[in-house]
Amino acid sequence: MSQFIIRRILYSVVTLFILSATIFLIVRLTGDPVALMAEASARPEDLERIRHQWGLDRSWPVQYATFMQNALTGELGKSFNYRLPVSELYFQRLPNSLTLGLAATLISLLIGIPAGIISAVKVNTAWDNVAKGVALLGLSIPGFWLGLVLILVFSVWLRWLPTSGSGDWRHVVMPALALGWYFAASMLRLTRSSMLEVLGSEYIKLARLKGLPDFVVIAMHAFKNALIPVFTLAGVNMVVMVNAAVIIEVIFAWPGIGRLLYEGIFQRDFPLVQGVVIMAGFMIIGINLFVDVLYAFIDPRIRLSR
Amino acid sequence: MARDAVLRVADLQTHFFTFGGARVVRAVDGVSFTLHAGETLGLVGESGSGKTTTCLSIVGLLPRAGRIVGGSVLFEGADLTRKSQRELRRIRGRRIAVILQDPMASLNPLFTIFRQVAEPAFFHQHLRGRSLRERVQSLLRAVRIPSPEWRMREYPHQMSGGMRQRIVGAIALAGGPRLVIADEPTTNLDVTIQAQYLDLLKDIQRETGVALIFVTHNLGIVAKMCDRVAVMYAGKLVEQAPVRELFDAPKHPYTRALLGSMPKLGSKEPLYSIRGHPPNLASLPSGCSFHPRCPDVMPRCMTEEPRDFRPGDGSVARCWLLDDVLTRS
Repeated sequence: MSQFIIRRILYSVVTLFILSATIFLIVRLTGDPVALMAEASARPEDLERIRHQWGLDRSWPVQYATFMQNALTGELGKSFNYRLPVSELYFQRLPNSLTLGLAATLISLLIGIPAGIISAVKVNTAWDNVAKGVALLGLSIPGFWLGLVLILVFSVWLRWLPTSGSGDWRHVVMPALALGWYFAASMLRLTRSSMLEVLGSEYIKLARLKGLPDFVVIAMHAFKNALIPVFTLAGVNMVVMVNAAVIIEVIFAWPGIGRLLYEGIFQRDFPLVQGVVIMAGFMIIGINLFVDVLYAFIDPRIRLSR
Repeated sequence: MARDAVLRVADLQTHFFTFGGARVVRAVDGVSFTLHAGETLGLVGESGSGKTTTCLSIVGLLPRAGRIVGGSVLFEGADLTRKSQRELRRIRGRRIAVILQDPMASLNPLFTIFRQVAEPAFFHQHLRGRSLRERVQSLLRAVRIPSPEWRMREYPHQMSGGMRQRIVGAIALAGGPRLVIADEPTTNLDVTIQAQYLDLLKDIQRETGVALIFVTHNLGIVAKMCDRVAVMYAGKLVEQAPVRELFDAPKHPYTRALLGSMPKLGSKEPLYSIRGHPPNLASLPSGCSFHPRCPDVMPRCMTEEPRDFRPGDGSVARCWLLDDVLTRS
């Protein structure tokens, strides 16, 4: 088990390394941040001075080495735009994003998993068709459009919920729904197909032949086996919702990481974009590691074979 | 035989309805047989002849498209075809147990052996705690699992195929059944393990007096295990006879063909193979379903379906040849 975790951590380090190099290159392809910030009348020598100050006049390998050196000591650099350390900005926004991401994850799980199970157990019935319809709508309706419709209905017409901003739970409801909607649909589809596969297996047949109550067959024998792929998706989905809910956060003026990233990209704020992406990478790796360890608890074959 | 029958299947018909009922597959079409305590019936036939569907009809666990449309399944005097799923659940795993063919796939990979063997006793006999543990251990001992108190904490993937199939056997015995249906239980086992397993089943049957339905296409196993044999072809029982009679004097051309396709030691003759293919169950040939492949086909076979003939030695066969033989003698 510990050997398994060590190996996973080593893979993670390699992944992060590749991720850092990729994002480092990609932000530099977007153009010159100094030209974007400066007024049209700015003198070339002033621009040059700022470039030197931000370290952009050095060669890419040197810049990358500095970036990595700082990153290894936990320092993600200073935002060009905010003139604050990226980590400070990130952790300022993180609680908001976690609130939104967790609420949306909860919605996607609470809708997706039960609906997926019902759909698989009652396959090819009206229940299944309703669930398939919901899944299709979930995957095809864009989150931003759903967000706008929600604002129109619940804020403008009914005046139940605030249109945007953050504060109490009422601010979370609509963005979480708009964000979780798509993921609920993908969860539904995965749960359905995973359950269908398990329900067709010989051991489920044997469980029924033992005369077990349907509830035990479905909720214990089948669901536990169907859970593994569902967990993987849930983990990755959560990271995406926490770090990259860009459109939803912009629509609802939600002060989260997605909006921070959005601003960073617009202003060619290299350290900010790099930092947010690296942190998202960290989170994905952490969640995946957690999910892998969780597997080992669910599945004895993983526990003993590695 | 004066003993009461454990199972009396009469004119069982199970059909599959697909494409919204537009296509009807007569998977089981008028099957009748009787089984007494301590007796073993071999159910043989090619793949797709309706053996497994017959078994699933008895326990009421047909796939969604399948439905019993006629006949009765009297088990200990009660007609199972008229019982609700709820009532059937109390019988399944307790009075009737089924052993499936693939020991690798029929155990849940995520649960311990203990849990899987304990479930029938837990849900049917309501055993808990220590008595449940003791029950599981004695069941594992009955199927000759060494050191059951250790083995029961393990998971299926830690066991060999033969061991797993014995675990499945222990699960079958867990409810104290009167009837065990074994659906090709040894097809996926090594030959040596196969023989061990069959001996074990025989021993258990001797000790408990359970009635056994043995589904197989291996006639060697039939000769070793069964008292009587029922041969299925295209959803029908074409011949049923005590095992000696069936091997010594097969009545139906299909049975003869099956026996002829069995390799014999020392014989250099080429194996007999039945010409043609098993028919499509959704569009059966007219008359006798076997007539397009039958070496002894007569004109009436193509138009009239044969009825059951009883030549008097305990066998029953559905073939017009017997009509001729019986009327001539």
